[in-house]
Amino acid sequence: MSKVVVDVLKEAFPSSIIDVIIFRNETTIILKKDDILKVCKFLRDHQKCQFNYLSDLCGADKFTPENRFEVIYNLLSIPLKHRIRLKIFTEELNPTVPTVCNIWESANWYEREAYDMYGIIFDGHPDLRRMYMPEDFEYFPLRKNFPLMGVPGSLPLPENNPKN
Amino acid sequence: MGLEHSFGDSIITTKIDAAINWCRKNSIWPMPMGISCCAIELMASAAPRFDIARFGSEVMRFSPRQCDLLVVAGTTTYKMAPVVRKIYDQMPDPKWVIAMGACTSSGGMYRTYSVVQGIDQFLPVDVYLAGCPPRPDNLLQALMVIQDKIQKGESKGSPMTVSDEKKLLEINIQEN
Repeated sequence: MSKVVVDVLKEAFPSSIIDVIIFRNETTIILKKDDILKVCKFLRDHQKCQFNYLSDLCGADKFTPENRFEVIYNLLSIPLKHRIRLKIFTEELNPTVPTVCNIWESANWYEREAYDMYGIIFDGHPDLRRMYMPEDFEYFPLRKNFPLMGVPGSLPLPENNPKN
Repeated sequence: MGLEHSFGDSIITTKIDAAINWCRKNSIWPMPMGISCCAIELMASAAPRFDIARFGSEVMRFSPRQCDLLVVAGTTTYKMAPVVRKIYDQMPDPKWVIAMGACTSSGGMYRTYSVVQGIDQFLPVDVYLAGCPPRPDNLLQALMVIQDKIQKGESKGSPMTVSDEKKLLEINIQEN
């Protein structure tokens, strides 16, 4: 099933695809960062793809000097019942990727989550705020260099004055 | 057979604190601060099988202004901590706190940046309750411990008598 998708994609964007990985019948396509928008639009609208549902979008921190962060898109086509995974890389100093909010509405909160946890900035996102952590929190907790027990004093607690 | 049959026409003398505390301990109104799965066991303890009404505590109120026992049932995150503290502050004195379950008492299995490692960092806790989650029997045991404490006139977080309150006032005046 997903072979058809890969073939169609290779034909349409030969220069955008870096690698295609097939592992346990799951297909992952590694793409160039700047081409993600047009590839996503193509995958949603093409007759043989019809990926009308973004089932998940997440970040990952590989902690490598180059291409430190990954953004992973898990797509599902409800009419054709097939799935595919897209990956793009972004660097550490300026982790900016284009938003896919205009293609799939559901990307809105997924991208906010990835921003909250990894600090990946989604360019063009309508409302890029923190999701889980307090608004004034200064760190990104799922980055590999963030300590497990957090930064002491970064999350204030109420004062414990028992006999108020 | 009521009390009057055993005592006849005589009178009973007691200390006013003892009488008041006896009244208090048999009608504790819990505030069910159900944050995660411990709340399910909290609800089970109010259901017919375990029946918390046997201890006079069946009136769970969702307004802290009507409660005197805060049962913190579940993982307390740093984001939730100010809310829990605010609810505690809204409860009238005297008041008691049960830290229900491992997460609330010590962070439990959540040894991580987002979970408070024990609510005693920001609340005066009277009884810590082990278990993940604790069984309803265990919660009833904690309630009985609280009852003993009330009868003895003990509370970690609030003054129990008028004289306690006066003493506290004097300390506050001296400190300021």
